[in-house]
Amino acid sequence: MDALLAQVFTGISAGAVLLLIALGLTLTFGQMGVINMAHGEFIMAGAYTAYVVSTIVASTELSLLIALPVGFVIGGLLGLALEASVLRWMYARPLDTLLVTYGVGLILQQVARDIFGAPAKEVPAPGWLDGSIPILGYDFPLTRLFIIVLAGLCVAALLAVLRFTALGRQIRATVGNRDLAETIGISTRRTDRATFFIGSGLAGVAGVALTLLGSTGPNLGTSYIVQAFLVVVVGGIGHLKGTIVAALGIGLLQAFLAHALTGSVAQVIVFLAIVAFLQLRPQGILSVRTRSLA
Amino acid sequence: MRLPTLKHAYPYVGWLLLAVALLVLAPAVLSDFRLGLLAKYCCYAIAAVGIGLAWGRGGMLVLGQGLYFGIGAYAMAMHLKLADAGPGGVPDFMALYGDATVPGWWEPLRNGGLALVVILVLPALVAGLLGLAVFKRRIKGAYFAILSQALAAAFAILLVGQVKTTGGANGLNNFQGFFGFALFDPANKRMLYFIAAGILLVSILAMAWLYRTRFGELLVAVRDGEERVRFLGTDPANVKLAAYVIAAVLASIGGALFVPIAGIVSPDDVGVVASIGLLAGVALGGRASLLGPAVGALLIGYAETSLSEAFPGSWSYFQGALFVLVILLLPGGLAQLLGLVRRANVHRGNSVGDHLLRGVPRGEQGETEVTRSASEEAAAR
Repeated sequence: MDALLAQVFTGISAGAVLLLIALGLTLTFGQMGVINMAHGEFIMAGAYTAYVVSTIVASTELSLLIALPVGFVIGGLLGLALEASVLRWMYARPLDTLLVTYGVGLILQQVARDIFGAPAKEVPAPGWLDGSIPILGYDFPLTRLFIIVLAGLCVAALLAVLRFTALGRQIRATVGNRDLAETIGISTRRTDRATFFIGSGLAGVAGVALTLLGSTGPNLGTSYIVQAFLVVVVGGIGHLKGTIVAALGIGLLQAFLAHALTGSVAQVIVFLAIVAFLQLRPQGILSVRTRSLA
Repeated sequence: MRLPTLKHAYPYVGWLLLAVALLVLAPAVLSDFRLGLLAKYCCYAIAAVGIGLAWGRGGMLVLGQGLYFGIGAYAMAMHLKLADAGPGGVPDFMALYGDATVPGWWEPLRNGGLALVVILVLPALVAGLLGLAVFKRRIKGAYFAILSQALAAAFAILLVGQVKTTGGANGLNNFQGFFGFALFDPANKRMLYFIAAGILLVSILAMAWLYRTRFGELLVAVRDGEERVRFLGTDPANVKLAAYVIAAVLASIGGALFVPIAGIVSPDDVGVVASIGLLAGVALGGRASLLGPAVGALLIGYAETSLSEAFPGSWSYFQGALFVLVILLLPGGLAQLLGLVRRANVHRGNSVGDHLLRGVPRGEQGETEVTRSASEEAAAR
């Protein structure tokens, strides 16, 4: 029972990390068809933000809480810059955005290497996340629990924005049918930019959270980006609920397989399972029912 | 097959120039060391020719060619290791990491002929199965790109995890011989160069022929309007499948030659980064042109070596900037530049740059087709 619970918890916390990363991706992917490989480097930027904030703010108790919003803004600004400088010219050929943003990611990695050096940096975790709390006889590390809560809050905030704000309505309208949204007076350009800001900002938040789990290096993002894209594909592009289910499902599957087999074999089996799953549902768990005729 | 006319002659002029440069000029001018490097670039270029077919002509963004490059490379490396160990012998690294027994799935590769068969057939089988699964279900565009990338990532992870049987993160290295030829002998290294350059040139010729067949034209048609091809009664999945399998086999051949030439293969040569690295040359040279992918790959290889020698650390900036600038401003690659000068000679449909710069109506793109079939499904209910 203990072992089972431990696997479930490991799976959910791995799924929460994937979810944090995939949320931003599914937004930009779903709305604009942009495949942003630099998303991984926005995560890295968020992690380095946490590092910089921790060197400025003396109190380790507070630095994490300060870093979260700062990381959001830094990630968002990077996303805006990417959209304004490169991506806006490429909406006619979405597949090519993958390679362009990969190039941007390479440059950002090297920038990080030149500024912070190649060795990984450690960000001190706040004292109130030390230790663990026992639930049903199993000790849950507080850092992992914090990430699960953070992922939940981000999902709730994003859903609230999409459902209740004017911006959210504009985003949903643009996803549903871009041309029709324009005819009723929505500036889809501005909506695109706002979506990109939010999506990339979430990557920054994910980066800050990742500093709790390990050290921060220039290659931080690349280790997560492939899996995050798989989550988006399995979940159904542009669908938040599908992304949530996919992230948790993949996290759990991997945790259980890694427990039964070795970690590397587990990852390979997860990849193969995804290929098989797409045989059943090529559109992912949920797909956007667009009303566009195109 | 149509007979070549004057209009079709110009790619062959370029091919002849390349052949002279690779087979006559380079061996005469370059030192043995530089020639060895050029041989390595030729291996990448062979894979690039296949990517040109699948991506440039077929519109399939093959992000995971490292998988097939790796299959060829590891099959060759395993054979060389076993051959070095002698009949019944055990490769040196297995004694180091493992229990000094050769696993059963290594044994067939003791036979050189069988190893060659594996190098040619295994990637075709893997690509065929994957392609059937993916293309028949109309998974395309970004979905396909991400899946193929994930498979390359999975393959690299698998290799790292199996230290005892694949050498793990260190990979396989320290090869002594190549089908009976000692690899330390400079003459044999030159021979390897000529083999690589020769196969590269032959594969380009094969593409030149393939592009003018009915299959080649169908492939371009599928790239530019998959639904239209379907309406006209041809299953686009079969066309894409064939192109994908050919690209996989070419990548595998490139990988197999890479091993004796570079003297090492490791998971770094097959993973996500290496796979996208293979695309850089194709994008630079011109993905849909005949010579572009090969020439681009050779240029990229040369640029990587010389830039890394001159300014360590600058290669990432260069490669990143190259992806951004070429894809953004010159989607047809260097071939597009030539095309601007000599537009009259460019066979229509050959230059993907034209097609991209003209802009495709929104409804024609793979991206929106995914959502379209979703709405069709919804409508059917």
